[in-house]
Amino acid sequence: MNLAKLQEKLLAAARLDRPSEQVPYAFEQRIMARLRQVAQDSTEVWTAWARMLWRAATPCLGLTVVLVGLAAFTGALQGTSLSLGEGLETAVYAVLTEPAD
Amino acid sequence: MGRAGTTALNPCQAEAFGGLGLRRESHHRNRGWLSPFVVNAERAKSVLVERNDEELVAAVRRGDTASFEALVRKYQPRIFATARRYARRESEVEDIVQEVFIKAYQKLDTFRGDAPFEHWLMRLAVRTCYDFLRVHQRNREHHFSDLSEPEKDWLDRFVAEPDQAPENAEAARTLVKRLLEMLSPKARLVITLLEIEERSVKEIAALTGWSVSLVKVRAFRARAEMRKCLQKLKREQYL
Repeated sequence: MNLAKLQEKLLAAARLDRPSEQVPYAFEQRIMARLRQVAQDSTEVWTAWARMLWRAATPCLGLTVVLVGLAAFTGALQGTSLSLGEGLETAVYAVLTEPAD
Repeated sequence: MGRAGTTALNPCQAEAFGGLGLRRESHHRNRGWLSPFVVNAERAKSVLVERNDEELVAAVRRGDTASFEALVRKYQPRIFATARRYARRESEVEDIVQEVFIKAYQKLDTFRGDAPFEHWLMRLAVRTCYDFLRVHQRNREHHFSDLSEPEKDWLDRFVAEPDQAPENAEAARTLVKRLLEMLSPKARLVITLLEIEERSVKEIAALTGWSVSLVKVRAFRARAEMRKCLQKLKREQYL
């Protein structure tokens, strides 16, 4: 069997077999509906994320207010010799600082 | 928006759509429903005020999603024909076409306008088809054992008289489809573009994003792979 000839024949057959350009009825409407769905889905993801953040932010804010109020009430905010910047630095490096003893 | 657009027509256009329809539209305006005449007028208007691809793309970028429908309507026959070269089942073809247009919509910002929109879309279509082939690689057929009777007859005829075997026979078409399904995705893509669609190496490089030399190398390997498949056919059927 001449394989080169067979290959040539089969490729010629494929060339003659042009695929149809037929489109299913109202296919463009299906695409547009799908696009709307995709856009809606992505919007929904952001909406859900924003809602979740707001839900998490509310108790955090509440807790902060309570703690600040408590600290102010007990006088923990007064009587310290450190400035705000020094206090922050001390707190950050607290883990690295060796125990005094 | 639809009705406002209709009333913006000039008298000549109104005449072209059928003046009666527009008069009826104004008659029904206060009734709160869209008459069939209005719909027809809208369609006719869209035909008259046909925008080119650049204008449609610009409109979609500005947020006018409806303009994308015109692009879909215009190019879907070509994308369907391309997808049908790589997928056998009609449901798969529809999925490919849908994916192409969704990708096109999502990546429209990357269209710079240096080349026609059609070229950009075809590149996207070819890449989507290639991805489809890679995903469905495992489903490829690897043998010729289940050839149909007409296919066997065609091969017998070819063996007896190579020049007499008709190229336009249904058996030859199914045989070549079977052969293409046996090829690797890369080989199938190159063979389809180069040998069947008869595109130039440069065109294939532009469509696939491969370099010209890579296309040539892959074309050489694809022909060798095809020859190997035919040797397999020879072994299974005639030895």
